[in-house]
Amino acid sequence: MSNQVHVDEVTGTATTGHEWDGIRELNTPLPRWWLYTIYATIIWGIGYIAYYPALPLIDGATKGMSGWNARSEVVEELSKLRAQRGPMNDKLAKTPLADVKKDSELLAFASAQGSAAFATNCAPCHGAGGQGAKGYPNLHADRWIWGGKLEDIQQTITHGIRWDSDSKTRSGVMPSFGRDKILNEDQISQVADYVLSFTNRADKSANLASGKKVYEENCAACHGDAGKGNRDLGAPNLTTQVWLYGGTKADIVERVRLGGGGVMPSWSERLDTTTIKALTVYVHGFGGGEN
Amino acid sequence: MLSLFGSKVAKGGVAQERIASAAHVAQLYAARKKVYPQSVSGFYRNIKWAVLGLALAVYYFLPFLRWDRGPLAPSQAVLLDLANRRFYFFFIEIWPQEVYYITGLLIIAALTLFLMNAVAGRIWCGYLCPQTVWTDLFLAVERFVEGDRRERMLKDKSPLTLHRAAQKALKHFIWLMIAWWTGGAWVLYFSDAPTLVRDLATLQAPFVAYMWIGILTFTTYLLAGHAREQVCIYMCPWPRIQAAMTDENALNVTYRLDRGEPRMSVKKAEQLRAAGEPAGDCVDCDQCVAVCPTGVDIRKGPDLGCIQCGLCIDACDTVMHKIDRPDGLIAFDTDVNIVRRAQGKAPIYRPIRPRTVLYAAVIAIVGSVMLFTLLTRATLGVAAIHDRNPLFVKLSDGSVRNSYTLRLTNKGAGERSFVLGLEGLVDAKIEAVGANTQSDGNPVITVGPDQTREMRIHATLPARAVEAVRREVDVAFTLLDHLSGERARAKEHFFTRLSHEDSK
Repeated sequence: MSNQVHVDEVTGTATTGHEWDGIRELNTPLPRWWLYTIYATIIWGIGYIAYYPALPLIDGATKGMSGWNARSEVVEELSKLRAQRGPMNDKLAKTPLADVKKDSELLAFASAQGSAAFATNCAPCHGAGGQGAKGYPNLHADRWIWGGKLEDIQQTITHGIRWDSDSKTRSGVMPSFGRDKILNEDQISQVADYVLSFTNRADKSANLASGKKVYEENCAACHGDAGKGNRDLGAPNLTTQVWLYGGTKADIVERVRLGGGGVMPSWSERLDTTTIKALTVYVHGFGGGEN
Repeated sequence: MLSLFGSKVAKGGVAQERIASAAHVAQLYAARKKVYPQSVSGFYRNIKWAVLGLALAVYYFLPFLRWDRGPLAPSQAVLLDLANRRFYFFFIEIWPQEVYYITGLLIIAALTLFLMNAVAGRIWCGYLCPQTVWTDLFLAVERFVEGDRRERMLKDKSPLTLHRAAQKALKHFIWLMIAWWTGGAWVLYFSDAPTLVRDLATLQAPFVAYMWIGILTFTTYLLAGHAREQVCIYMCPWPRIQAAMTDENALNVTYRLDRGEPRMSVKKAEQLRAAGEPAGDCVDCDQCVAVCPTGVDIRKGPDLGCIQCGLCIDACDTVMHKIDRPDGLIAFDTDVNIVRRAQGKAPIYRPIRPRTVLYAAVIAIVGSVMLFTLLTRATLGVAAIHDRNPLFVKLSDGSVRNSYTLRLTNKGAGERSFVLGLEGLVDAKIEAVGANTQSDGNPVITVGPDQTREMRIHATLPARAVEAVRREVDVAFTLLDHLSGERARAKEHFFTRLSHEDSK
């Protein structure tokens, strides 16, 4: 910058000394208080840095004189939230499961709580919307392996399925008919054809008579003579159009070969009874719940 | 037009290109030049007083105006009920999802500003802007306590005496009282005013109310008492926008240099006129500058600092009366007319121009659309969201179910029952979780007064009908209020199978 003041001819105003291709910037000085506000914000910034955690160090940041940290704020906010939800939560805890639906406000609360708990705990297996996947039941459908009444769902969530550390867990395992050489490949193929015949999908050329024989000797004890299943044993109904592991012949053959069954944790080990209640109401409300 | 001013000023002899001595380094910051506006009386001053009185009366007392909306709704005419998420404005009630009305209001506000500007310059700045109104009020207080321009300038220069200190204290006390009342009135717009006044007085009001009163007291005191014209000149964007949007036909506070120049004393002007020589009417008394609340010399031409309050017009007219010359040396006038008069032509005024017509038309259109939608505003509504995951569920008997979340809105003052129906799939059955069902199978849903209710809806299509319809069917949920006959509708889809199942 030049230390001489150049004055613009037309306006009579001094220029700042900046020049671009002969164009000069007129100097209309800003009021000094405006400059002071910038200084004030800088001082404010220094105070802020001193008061709050600010400067990053190797292991964390400076603590700040206030001792404030985001973690303790979260804890405080959460406890406030719990206090706020307290009355409704108590009401949910006291209300019998079947009556939750009758109170629309309580139903909305339980569904919201259930939805949040579902997203955190259940969605990894059952999918974000409860739509399930191969081996993980679709919770919207009306075919239930262990029962779809409110009490059934509550029992399943509370104690899990084939969860050995919980003595009340639901148990019942299908033998590995193929792997353990209980049935040979022909027999497995025949029984699969027979199972398909429950839903009128068997191949016309299939030997249903021998399939039926294999079924009655090996399968009927759990799945029932008519293939209607047995919920106490967790033996699925084979006469519906809903299949946990797929409904094609290949799927059925594979299942007969391998047997077994899925595992679900006993959620009482992690969630409180009210949350499980909310989850029960939420899952039952997907639309498949039985009355 | 601007070059005309430029050349005049240049001729005034200020600027020859010159290089000052090395001692004068360009200073980028300057001390504030305190403005001591002098009192003035006249036509524009009277308008300014009237507008000031009206604007302040509306601001301070509007929250106390009552409006009957029935026993369940608040009875305050203008209320921003943030806690319950409702805005009330006389007969208008706005829900959060209707905030788009504010878009309309903002469009109308902006275009009204543009229209004002195209017709008569910055009359918003000069008369209506809160900054102008409160600054004017604070200046009146200052004048009342400390005297007029000359006295105040003198007092600021003389040493601080006890009397002077007391005077200053009184001024700031009155300013703070006005500022405090301003903040107090502000919070009344957000809660029932009479109740809140009582709560505030008995220290029962929520902390946030006191906090906002504190903030508004501080900002009013600072902006109207201390910052004043600095807000208009350095903080407000409108002067820049206005400068870009004004045109040669817009009325602006204008010094008619065709009549005023060359400036000279009354005596000399009389002599020159007697001799038939040209003589300007401006006697260089600087009254126009003395009364200006932003310290502008309007004779230098259009200025970003000019808020066009017209007080200089009153001041100049007073002087013109005294020296027996016609009014209007400074007046609301246009650039076109200055040129025309200089060329000896009669002035013309064109308030109706393409841009003013366009502004007015857009204001009228937006205003009518808003009025129409407000008058025909439905008091019931339904919005539907299809479950994203899963899109559909195949049930054990082969039937297919789709689930939806519906939000039902009752904007009425009483509880109402709605019958929910599904259009587009005759065979489908619908069930609303937690609602009763009519004999025809349609759910009946009750929604409380001025409330919304969220419902889970299952629609099930029997197996025999599934194959007969397309993969994705357009459906609609219908809501019927049997009592009023009012209806609402929400479009949705019903999915029956995956796309790859169609190709099989």
